Amino acid sequence: MLTVSGSPHVHGDSSVKKIMYTVVFAMVPAMLVSVYFFGLDALRVLVISSLACLFFEWLIQKYLIKGPVTINDGSALVTGILLAFNVPSDLPAWILIVGAFIAIGMAKMSFGGLGKNPFNPALVGRVFLLISFPVQMTSWPEPRLLFGGTASYPDAMGGATPLAFLKEGLKNNSVPELMEKMPDMMSNLIGFIGGSLGEVSAVALLLGAVYMLIKKVISWHIPVAYIGSVLIFTGILWLIDPNAYADPMFHLLTGGLILGAFFMATDMVSSPISPMGQIIFGIGCGVITILIRVWGAYPEGVSFAILIMNAFTPLINLGFKPKRFGEKLKAA
Amino acid sequence: MGILKTFSLGGVHPPENKLSADKAIEVMPLPKQAFIPLNQNLGAPGVPQVQKGDEIKVGQLIAKGEAFISSNVHSPVSGKVLKVDNVVDPSGYKRPAFVVNVEGDEWVESIDRSPEFIKEIKLSQKEIIDKIHDLGIVGLGGATFPSHVKLMVPEGKTAEVLIINGVECEPYLTADHRVMLEKGDEVMVGTSILMKGLGVKRAVIGIENNKKDAISHLTELAKNYEGIEICPLKVKYPQGGEKQLIKATIKREVPSGKLPIEVGAVVNNVGTAFAVYEAVQKNKPLIERVVTITGKSVSKPGNFMARIGTPIAELVEKAGGLPDDSGKLIGGGPMMGKALLSLDTPIVKGSSGILILREDESKRVEMKNCIRCARCVSVCPMGLEPLLLAQQSEGEMWDDAEKDRIMDCIECGSCHYTCPSGRPLLDYIRLGKNKVGQIIRNRGKK
Repeated sequence: MLTVSGSPHVHGDSSVKKIMYTVVFAMVPAMLVSVYFFGLDALRVLVISSLACLFFEWLIQKYLIKGPVTINDGSALVTGILLAFNVPSDLPAWILIVGAFIAIGMAKMSFGGLGKNPFNPALVGRVFLLISFPVQMTSWPEPRLLFGGTASYPDAMGGATPLAFLKEGLKNNSVPELMEKMPDMMSNLIGFIGGSLGEVSAVALLLGAVYMLIKKVISWHIPVAYIGSVLIFTGILWLIDPNAYADPMFHLLTGGLILGAFFMATDMVSSPISPMGQIIFGIGCGVITILIRVWGAYPEGVSFAILIMNAFTPLINLGFKPKRFGEKLKAA
Repeated sequence: MGILKTFSLGGVHPPENKLSADKAIEVMPLPKQAFIPLNQNLGAPGVPQVQKGDEIKVGQLIAKGEAFISSNVHSPVSGKVLKVDNVVDPSGYKRPAFVVNVEGDEWVESIDRSPEFIKEIKLSQKEIIDKIHDLGIVGLGGATFPSHVKLMVPEGKTAEVLIINGVECEPYLTADHRVMLEKGDEVMVGTSILMKGLGVKRAVIGIENNKKDAISHLTELAKNYEGIEICPLKVKYPQGGEKQLIKATIKREVPSGKLPIEVGAVVNNVGTAFAVYEAVQKNKPLIERVVTITGKSVSKPGNFMARIGTPIAELVEKAGGLPDDSGKLIGGGPMMGKALLSLDTPIVKGSSGILILREDESKRVEMKNCIRCARCVSVCPMGLEPLLLAQQSEGEMWDDAEKDRIMDCIECGSCHYTCPSGRPLLDYIRLGKNKVGQIIRNRGKK
């Protein structure tokens, strides 16, 4: 028996599963760092969030959609880990499970499952929790060293994230005064600061980001445009008045910017198709992030910025087409 | 050598699998029965010149291409015309063909069968075009566009450079590679003839860097011929696409919907250059060609000089027989070739190779939801959005598909090849092109 089908007759070795597990693998350094700084609580959050996401996907596919179950494709696991990365390590389990249900049930499956969701599911889950449970979602445990190091977290901070500390403190103090009381640059870089468990360590996140870039799971366009626009925007503000605005490096290293720019804004499903569109998307994310951080009600704006730009993605896709072959008529 | 040239947009790199690259061209024995389709070119079929019962000779005109885009067919064998019947050709459709019972090997006398190599070109520009027309030369790269039509530059346009396609970017295929190695001088003379026919002073032969022996051989030979450059290219599929090759070799982009002549270029295959040599210098019509028979389970993959009309079964037999684990038979390469329905299909002018895939290589991967990763966009050599075009075709949004330039698609298959969700993007796009093409043609009629 001969098979007859249209060309091409060979297929490359890429698959959805490979892409998803590459992302999971890229998140391993950040997972390890989160356990190091927040202890077994971080592990608890990671496990509960992942299992809950997998469970809800299975439940919905099997009993509501009654279709094929695809929980082993890795996409629900990615959502689970990302959701865990976006919450405080001491978040009660039941709130986490509610977040997983919203992420998978509402943001992903009700739109048709993998590939059909207009918004990043983990971020929808996170923002839902932030709005519904603001107290639990913004009380951060102090980072501590799992193996009993001598370093201690600055007393003045309590459990606040540097961004929250800045926002609150600016009511009565200038930026340089606040900076004195906050962790130094090195702490920011390795992640010895308060925050969601996955966002704290710039080094660990960048390690994963490089891996994803090498594996071509993400392209440079969104992260570079996103981070670049944040640096430029905050740089201009800082040059205007260093007493009222924090410097660009602070904005880069203290919040969820690196996590968002490399791991969430780059979500294939909810970001634009063409390189130009991706750059526009990245710039939009950067500008909105800073608008919220500097003038908005929340200390952090990454989640909102990405979700807002997700909503613009169809429009960006319409307006920014890839460079076509033979577009420019060259004189013969 | 510096940085190798290539085209700029998109492209993929499938495993090359050139299993028969070092196998010299072997002459196939004559078939017992030949099946010669009347239509072996892009365009109108030929009009039969012989009937059932006629005795014919090798090289005799048996179908005349009367339309503008059409081509003559000559008998590749001698013997008796058994019938004109419908035969499944490599396109998969039943089409009229001469069925000839082969008797002996008697050639028409006008053909020079001596082994003598003739370098000097005696014919004038017009005589060259007429000769190529009369002797039924078509593009041997696979598209089978009648070669004489390419030499007739439309009014208002000027040809500046002839590009010879020695890229052979399809995995597995090695026919062009062997022609360049073994018929190098003939290819060079054929190129010179095409230059004269076209009225240009410059020719560029583009060859991918996985054929270093062919590059050095032709570079050496080029010293003896005026105006011919050899251009080594970085290995990247689909570099053999006409527009991609022009971009890679002379950095010009053919505008959407236009022909290469728009940027002063005309492209011909190396196999065509060889056929042109034989036609113009030896008066030999296109009655045989080099065909690669290959596949991972094929015991003796090789390159064979086969008469047109030879059933594929005989070639496969010559290459060691059909392997037990065969799952798919492909006319051409794995990226753009067509799956064949049976071993009885004959070799035609456009047959560059027969690829036999194993059972386990024959099935498509399971289709999943599109995850909008846009890999299809980044590999598309035409800068299109295959995921979008497929969606539009599926939803019958023909106007949108036309606006998003579905007709620019060259059907290289890079999108489907690279899709992590295994979506048959090209199947949908082909359907869309068909429909949109119809709509455009109907619009023209009004």
